[in-house]
Amino acid sequence: MIRDVIIPDIGENIEKGDVIEIRVSEGDIVEVDQPLIEFETDKAVVDIPSPSKGRVVKILVSKGETIKVGQVIVQIDTDAADILQTKKKEESKPSKRESASEAKTQPIPIRAEQPKKVEKIVAVEKPPVVKAEPALPDIGIEPVLAIFAAAASPTVRRLARELGVDINQVSGSGPGGRISEDDVKAHVKKLVLQKGGEPAAITTTRVPALPDLSKWGEIKREKLSRVRQLISESVSNSWSIVPHVTQFDKADITELEDFRNNFNRKNQKSGIKLTVTAVLMKVLAQGLKEFPRFNASIDPASESIIYRNYIHIGIAVDTERGLLVPVVRDIDKKSIVDLARDLNDVAQRTRDKSVRPDELEGGTFTISNQGGIGGVDFTPIVLWPQVAILGVSRSSMQPVFINGQFEPRLILPLSLSYDHRANDGADAARFLRWIVEALEQPLMLYVDK
Amino acid sequence: MTTQLAVIGAGPGGYTAAFYAADQGMEVTLIDPAKNPGGVCLYRGCIPSKALLHVAEVISEANHAKDWGISFSKPIIDLDKLRSWKNEVVEKLTGGVGQLSKQRKINYIQGSARFIDANTLEVEDVSKKKSRQSFGQVIIATGSSPAKVPGLSIDSPLVMDSTSALELNDIPESLLVIGGGYIGLEMGTVYATLGSKVTVIEMTDGLLPGVDRDLVNELARRLGNMFHEILLNTTVVELKEEKKGIKVAFKGEAGKKEQAFDKVLISVGRKPNTKNFGLENTKVLINEKGFIQVDGQRRTKEPAIFAIGDVVGEPMLAHKASHEAFVAVDAIAGKKTVFEPAAIPAVVFTDPEIAWCGLTETEAKRKNLDVEITKFPWRASGRAITLGRTDGLTKQIIERQTGRILGVGIAGPRAGELIAEGVLAVEMAALASDVHLSIHPHPTLSETIMEAAELFDGQSTHFMRARRK
Repeated sequence: MIRDVIIPDIGENIEKGDVIEIRVSEGDIVEVDQPLIEFETDKAVVDIPSPSKGRVVKILVSKGETIKVGQVIVQIDTDAADILQTKKKEESKPSKRESASEAKTQPIPIRAEQPKKVEKIVAVEKPPVVKAEPALPDIGIEPVLAIFAAAASPTVRRLARELGVDINQVSGSGPGGRISEDDVKAHVKKLVLQKGGEPAAITTTRVPALPDLSKWGEIKREKLSRVRQLISESVSNSWSIVPHVTQFDKADITELEDFRNNFNRKNQKSGIKLTVTAVLMKVLAQGLKEFPRFNASIDPASESIIYRNYIHIGIAVDTERGLLVPVVRDIDKKSIVDLARDLNDVAQRTRDKSVRPDELEGGTFTISNQGGIGGVDFTPIVLWPQVAILGVSRSSMQPVFINGQFEPRLILPLSLSYDHRANDGADAARFLRWIVEALEQPLMLYVDK
Repeated sequence: MTTQLAVIGAGPGGYTAAFYAADQGMEVTLIDPAKNPGGVCLYRGCIPSKALLHVAEVISEANHAKDWGISFSKPIIDLDKLRSWKNEVVEKLTGGVGQLSKQRKINYIQGSARFIDANTLEVEDVSKKKSRQSFGQVIIATGSSPAKVPGLSIDSPLVMDSTSALELNDIPESLLVIGGGYIGLEMGTVYATLGSKVTVIEMTDGLLPGVDRDLVNELARRLGNMFHEILLNTTVVELKEEKKGIKVAFKGEAGKKEQAFDKVLISVGRKPNTKNFGLENTKVLINEKGFIQVDGQRRTKEPAIFAIGDVVGEPMLAHKASHEAFVAVDAIAGKKTVFEPAAIPAVVFTDPEIAWCGLTETEAKRKNLDVEITKFPWRASGRAITLGRTDGLTKQIIERQTGRILGVGIAGPRAGELIAEGVLAVEMAALASDVHLSIHPHPTLSETIMEAAELFDGQSTHFMRARRK
């Protein structure tokens, strides 16, 4: 059978994208989930995998072409003679096939760690006119008598099906391995915990239904963008898991600013701009080594703190589709200039949507700099599973009482939000003070304490 | 927007689907050539045959009663009255179902339907008026028709199929039943009890092919006495209409033979009705066995068209159709229901009845499964003895490792009523211990089920078997 492979529905508002690379050729035999093309969307570049095993009969798109979601990209012959042999073996196990196809169309696991990055598109078949269950086995002729399949009563089998669980994967605790309703529910809980590390500490308070807002005037409803939805989930997660405290402080960066402006003037040709964020990253490279409890993660399940022997800092980037946090890795192994370069590069690529999904994960600490916009002091939300985030506001000239008089000094407001489970107030105060002193007296960084 | 559903065919599959869909709030149009819903089952199948079989049972019992000191004289059979009672039964049921259809505000059209395309039907009603209607979804429940023997098509009123046999026009002196399956044996039983000399011809080496032999044997003994002759491994070669009957040429173990019969009943199976209603205008596919191809939700290759019942495959039983109806309607309503029963019971309404569900011993042997078969003979059943009917057997096919009941088979009077407990046991994945720890009332035939389960865990109270464990 010739099967059309289409660009699946990736998310809201994604209607089209570009073919970056074609990974197969006509005549190739492909396996299930083997990448067919690289497809660039609003957010990131993704692989479009094959939904079935077969031979590539026709490739209908070309590199560089802009194509739409739903468009057919490749045609695969699923009955190609040389693959039928193995297919027969696969198809003789109806229960396995059902669970495989269920796995195929499971939604993309949303990791609460970072806001949206499209990691891997899961293959879907061309949607039929009527909404049908994902590829049900062709039973038809002889009814499937579920002998030797799950030992579960009809009601329990129905529950499993409604919950989207393959009853044959559930282990039964009853006599003879009988599966009860509770067994099915326990299985579902296990799957949920496995899927994306959704921690057990999700708030269980009942969320009330929204009142009818049109009661008080005109309203306009707009579907949330994918990025927005993912941010929403991420921050809700962080908010409910992390007990937040924000420690505020101010750093006198008058001298740092002079140095910075000088440097940038002298190095105009190199194109590298030293920013406050880049300097902060360098400071944090040392700071997080001195205060490793701010570069860690809390694991309540094992009642432990996990120290991370690497320092990857996420930088909050404001893009037109929302907040994204690309990560610059191994801060401690890079010079300020390297950091500035990496920072500029990743920020730019995040804004123009060419950042890779893997670049949006793995951070140990985050910096959120609102200096470009303005404002004084804010309380950033820790990006779980990290334990701290440094918010930076716009520096401004302030009168500071030094040596008996008021002097104009350039003051940078800093807001350190932290997970109180990992660190206490005193720790945070000390850590932030350390950062301030490093900014004010940078040479202290090189003095052994 | 309300779902607009058309159901083509109002047999047990079709009307169950229509009723369930209406109860779910869908707008249903039900199309069938008969005045009321009922299909083959109610009009010319399950129901009339069971009515007649009940009469046959009464005649048999009355005859048996002389062993108990009660002698009845040979019954006088008023065929017209019998026929009219049978028709009354059909009327009552079909009328009742018709009422239910009206109560549910179903748009019942007496007529036929043809697909113009996947969503459009051309409906012709009984007054020949045609109309085109569009539907969001269609369920095909067109059922099946008696199969013909290739090469034996002879157009004669003396050659009957199950439909004409049920019309009971007369009681032939001699009747040849071609096909030793359940229809042939049931109809043979009716005619034999009413006075015909019945000969049964079966192509394979046993009656009711596929059914466990020990169950069939309980029946075969009695049928051997009731029927004039049972010819196994025999096929009919030719049928020729003659002046006063049909001359039949058959080929069997003893070579070729010729014999004349007053009437012949051809009961060699049933074929699904898939022709002449425009399926070629849709994406619906028919498989190599002639059934409509469907998935677990009974959806065909055309997403808006479902099919249920005899037209989609074996077993061609009314209760399979009605349960497929629930699945198809659920699927239309967007639910994740799939047709995956652990057991579909089957009943042969001969005397003794035979009923089974789940895994049979025959299947278990074929697949080389690790099972234990327990058998409780009815000669050890108190109730069976009070009925004077010890020609019975209750057996269970049990997973050796776990004690889980995988199949139940029963031969004996009332087997059809008893098998439901077996279905429940298999569906619930009951263990033998669950069944024998459940108190069954005494003295009833249901105790044979309890004791067959006991045999798995040891001995049963009333029957000792040679211990193999």
